[in-house]
Amino acid sequence: MKILVRKGRIIDPSQNLDFLGDLLIENGKILGIEKNIEIHERVEIIEANNLWVLPGLVDIHVHLREPGEEWKEDIETGTKSALYGGVLRLACMPNTKPPNDSPEVTKYILERASQKAYVTVYPIACITKNQEGKEITEFGRLKKAGAIAVSDDGKWVQDSGVMKRAMLYAKNFDLPIISHCEDIGLSRGGQINEGCFSAKLGLKGIPTSAETIAVLRDLILAKETQKSVHLAHLSTKEVIPFLKWAKEENIPFTAETCPHYFTLTEREVENYNTLAKVNPPLRTEEDVLAIKLALKEGLIEVIASDHAPHSPLEKEIEFEHASFGMIGLQTLLPLSLNLIREGYLTPLALFEKLIVNPSKVLGIDPPSFKKGNSAEVIIVDPEEEYVLTEEIIQSKSKNTPFLNKKLKGRVKKVILKEKIFDLSLI
Amino acid sequence: MDLKTKHLLDIASLSKEEIEDFLNLAENLKEILYRPIPKVPTLRGKLIINLFYEPSTRTRFSFEKAAKTLSADSLTFTGKGTSIEKGETLLDTIKNLEAIGADLFIIRHPVAGAPHFVAKYSKVPIVNAGDGTHEHPTQALLDLLTVKEKLGTLSDLKVAIIGDIKHSRVAHSDILAFQKMGSTVWVSGPAHLLPDIKEENYFKLSEKSFKICYKIEDAIKDADIIIALRIQRERHGEALIPSFLEYHEFFGLKPKHLELMKEKTILMHPGPINWGVELAYEMEKYPFQVILDQVENGVAIRMAILLRFLTGEKGYEDFS
Repeated sequence: MKILVRKGRIIDPSQNLDFLGDLLIENGKILGIEKNIEIHERVEIIEANNLWVLPGLVDIHVHLREPGEEWKEDIETGTKSALYGGVLRLACMPNTKPPNDSPEVTKYILERASQKAYVTVYPIACITKNQEGKEITEFGRLKKAGAIAVSDDGKWVQDSGVMKRAMLYAKNFDLPIISHCEDIGLSRGGQINEGCFSAKLGLKGIPTSAETIAVLRDLILAKETQKSVHLAHLSTKEVIPFLKWAKEENIPFTAETCPHYFTLTEREVENYNTLAKVNPPLRTEEDVLAIKLALKEGLIEVIASDHAPHSPLEKEIEFEHASFGMIGLQTLLPLSLNLIREGYLTPLALFEKLIVNPSKVLGIDPPSFKKGNSAEVIIVDPEEEYVLTEEIIQSKSKNTPFLNKKLKGRVKKVILKEKIFDLSLI
Repeated sequence: MDLKTKHLLDIASLSKEEIEDFLNLAENLKEILYRPIPKVPTLRGKLIINLFYEPSTRTRFSFEKAAKTLSADSLTFTGKGTSIEKGETLLDTIKNLEAIGADLFIIRHPVAGAPHFVAKYSKVPIVNAGDGTHEHPTQALLDLLTVKEKLGTLSDLKVAIIGDIKHSRVAHSDILAFQKMGSTVWVSGPAHLLPDIKEENYFKLSEKSFKICYKIEDAIKDADIIIALRIQRERHGEALIPSFLEYHEFFGLKPKHLELMKEKTILMHPGPINWGVELAYEMEKYPFQVILDQVENGVAIRMAILLRFLTGEKGYEDFS
């Protein structure tokens, strides 16, 4: 069975290609991309009509909440939301209940994913047992069970000795190590960015130093161990000079940010809006600008969603009691497209950060239109404007400050191996 | 009702004119408290529910006294003996008490923004009686009323607030309230308990009307009003000051400060007082301390608030 995607703008960052042309798929595999593919046999034709045709996005920062918090999200709904967001591979964070700190939990997640998932799921395991920051987990057995990386996401490994041990031990197994940079001594009890809004709302502030100090320590350890560290969800301009320094010193590291950190400011928490409560917190205009420039300069190479579903039980309550986090799988693409619209990135540069670089961090081959690759294709209308309604959100939880707001850019169709999903029906 | 807001949530959202309206009405109503029978029927049939999720003496009893003076029914609800102990959420509690017939809620809560959160869902007015480390607007109003009574004006005064500014909701409300009325506010105390550099801009309503200083003497010097704050042990959760002895020595108000003060500087404290910590016990005898006047004015200001929100009246027509 052959599928011909005709007359699309084909953007494949893995091959540095961006041109108008056709894409041919046979039996779930890429057969070729050409300016013009003439075919005379029977074939299913998808008219792209100049829409963008891309390999699927890779999101390395997702919370699927299974096992243990299935009222917020599960592998089926989370991956369905991913599909609708154009994310065809994702890595899920280990702060489940129980946390993914054992091969049994890793296997359970993969087992459930094989039955229920719409897209590829790569489990990330904990760095330390029960995320307590004390004893490192069984990196070898975890990797063998299918863990793709390790992270204590949600918590930073506060003890530098334990972190150094983990970074060294991870070298034995080529396990990527992902760090949630937050010095808890500075952020404990904090609710939102420290500044005018924490003063106004009477909420304890989270200073940027909590993130900056953690980033710097991790970079120093990366230098000392020569083990790359991936710095998750960077939010503040204060870390940028240290990233520059690390590049100059050839320290192995990669850095990530999320769309909310280059789109929203602390202003969103006005009137105690718990939908904008996220960790690290939304910061200032200056921080937003600095993050965008860091993306442009290549200091930050990865954009991830930090999709963090919470139900009204965790969000429609007093601000200090509400959980941190917002969903993001379906806003990742439309918000990232703003970086092209505002002139910070070319389409190829943007999709490198959404497809190729996150794959590199995980040590996998990126989705690509190279001949023989399995078909992971998304067709995107970058100009479509729509309101993000609850109905459109496929996640079980609807906690996003973009709810009922206008977005621009939408995934219209997905071709995943031999299946075609038409997503424009809602 | 020409109040812009339906609720009294914080000083930040009140205009100078709205504050003046409350003060004028309170001045008007205060006389009732001195009558042989201090009770008028104005709010007969209205049900006021006091939701106190945190301990309180002055605020709670003065709200109850204000309600009783105006003949409203008031019910007081604390954590003990209610479904809070069964884990009922704040929102469910409010919805149920609305169904029972509440006409107004007074809320004290340990977390910032709890009254604002409830106000998004409530059909009846919400009055903030102190929310976490955010604001305590009725305290600021009664402080203004006391100063107005004693000094005859609220503008061009120097107000010194000494102590744990960062965790004090009273300080947060007073800082805004006195500046809105045209005065200057100086704050001092241990530097880590003062607003951070990034937070300062929020409190500074105009270039010269707010000042942070690290020597309490600078704040006290030539002040018209000194407000001493309680060291809030329950809010810190960790040791933020080395000892009470040290605090008293460097940040407590003592007779030796009298020489820096004006002849008739007013001394205030929102209570409860830790004598020997923020105030030397000798200061109780200081002739211009007005701590109990503040408490009395608390009743008058809360009568004004109840009347305002339950009838929309700016003035008071005597029914007796």
